[in-house]
Amino acid sequence: MARAIWKGVIRFGEVGVPVGLYSAAADRSVSFRLLHRTDLVPVRQHMVHPVTGKVVPPEQIRRGYDLGDGRFLLLDDEELASLEPPPSREIEIARFVEAPGVDREWYDRPYHLAPDGDRSGYAALAAALHQARAQGIAAWVMRKKAYRGAIFSDGERLTLFTLHAPEEVIPASVLPAPGGRRLETREIALARQLVEALEDEFDPSAFRDEYRERVLELVRAKAKGKAVPRAKAPRRKPAAPLARALEESLKRARKDEKRRAA
Amino acid sequence: MRNAVPPDDDAPEYSPRPFWSGTISFGLVSIPVDIYSAHRAARDALRMLAPDGTPLSRRYFCPKTNTELEWDDIVRGYEVEEGKFVVVTDEELEAIAPEKSRDIDLRLFVDAASIDPRWLVRSYYLTPAGDSTKAYRLLARVMEERNRAGIATFVMRGKEYLVAIRASGGILRAETLRFADELREAPDIGPAKKTTLDRKRVAAIRREIERRLTDDPGLDELPDTRTERLRALVERKLKRGEDIVGAPEEVEAAEGGPQVIDLMEVLKERLGREEAA
Repeated sequence: MARAIWKGVIRFGEVGVPVGLYSAAADRSVSFRLLHRTDLVPVRQHMVHPVTGKVVPPEQIRRGYDLGDGRFLLLDDEELASLEPPPSREIEIARFVEAPGVDREWYDRPYHLAPDGDRSGYAALAAALHQARAQGIAAWVMRKKAYRGAIFSDGERLTLFTLHAPEEVIPASVLPAPGGRRLETREIALARQLVEALEDEFDPSAFRDEYRERVLELVRAKAKGKAVPRAKAPRRKPAAPLARALEESLKRARKDEKRRAA
Repeated sequence: MRNAVPPDDDAPEYSPRPFWSGTISFGLVSIPVDIYSAHRAARDALRMLAPDGTPLSRRYFCPKTNTELEWDDIVRGYEVEEGKFVVVTDEELEAIAPEKSRDIDLRLFVDAASIDPRWLVRSYYLTPAGDSTKAYRLLARVMEERNRAGIATFVMRGKEYLVAIRASGGILRAETLRFADELREAPDIGPAKKTTLDRKRVAAIRREIERRLTDDPGLDELPDTRTERLRALVERKLKRGEDIVGAPEEVEAAEGGPQVIDLMEVLKERLGREEAA
């Protein structure tokens, strides 16, 4: 069994359920390094004084709060340390919201929660949270950093999402929707039919990152000194009036559907 | 399509520039859009300063030649064996999927509620890029009405993205999603035995949950201790006039000089723009 990245106790009122956090996501994209073009040596980053052009070594770098007017307020190590939240094992739930709960732009990373000892308490919390169709809004401190999160249950297992900080999130509710001339009824009807013709279930396993394989093939071919394929110029689609484009698309989508059904 | 972000794997994720600019196709209908992050940089980030208080710049160096490098001096490489790299150019990366790098082609619409948030990597907003907002509004309206999300894949900077295009409140959004092999299975917690479920305990927990049930997740109210402490510390030090470095800028210079562009303002402006006649 994978190891927990952190352990804590979910707490609200009289309830205390010890859990371990396990990352639910793994990034599998191909990673590249930045190299110096002439000698292919991986580059290093340094902090440079913009006036003198000299590198400032890490031990001489100071931290400053931007006062917004060209001035900075210096903070020393002791002051920086005083900003860290006190360590704690409590995952405190102050409130619950009904599903669907937190708006999607808040979600950051998913974690599986597993019982850390008290299996019966974990099972009871998972069942109760599912029955209430609720999400717990949690706050905790992990590795010197304060987090907020949302806890879900599918009836048997708990999942925790870390949430973005409020000052980072641009809520959809503050944004205006694009306006313009009124949409024509015929266009709406055609667009609706087109969406309907293309509807199906979401099956994530149907999508594979084929491109990742192609990138690795490209790299292997280049490593062996083989020629690589050239880009083809993209075919531009002629712009058609909206209604005609919708009609034509619908015809094609229906034809495809019939072909699949046959 | 243009790559809106420099080819830097360390590029800040938060930027008032678009993450992607291109075309959403929906049948034969093309919707030119810019895609912006739904997140911006936290305001209270601390800056790195020189001993004399000047804000520092991050630069790239070659450790072998010991020279500072410009973007033109830098290429992207894949490590085929330790210390041995194969250079890969943007053109080569695009050449192996030319059809996927310009369009987000929606050929599948799914129940928007069926996309579990575990799949979600990041959220974005779409702004109409052409003169007309009609096709944008049409797609948003129909998807929202039917509670559907469009699914597609596209390629950018050497990476394939699985993306869901959703609509709410007349705004189109994008969510990058994980591929199936990027989700880890839950740790084995043994067989779920219904018999071990303590009914009394479930009922007691449920009462505690219901007592705390609200409509508002209250995410703005949860204490962010670091921000609060930082602001309090800054205020204390300001009052004492301690450790302030740098000269206050002239008011004129501040107004005419380069201003920090806030992503939220960019989004409001681009979404609220009047449609060209």
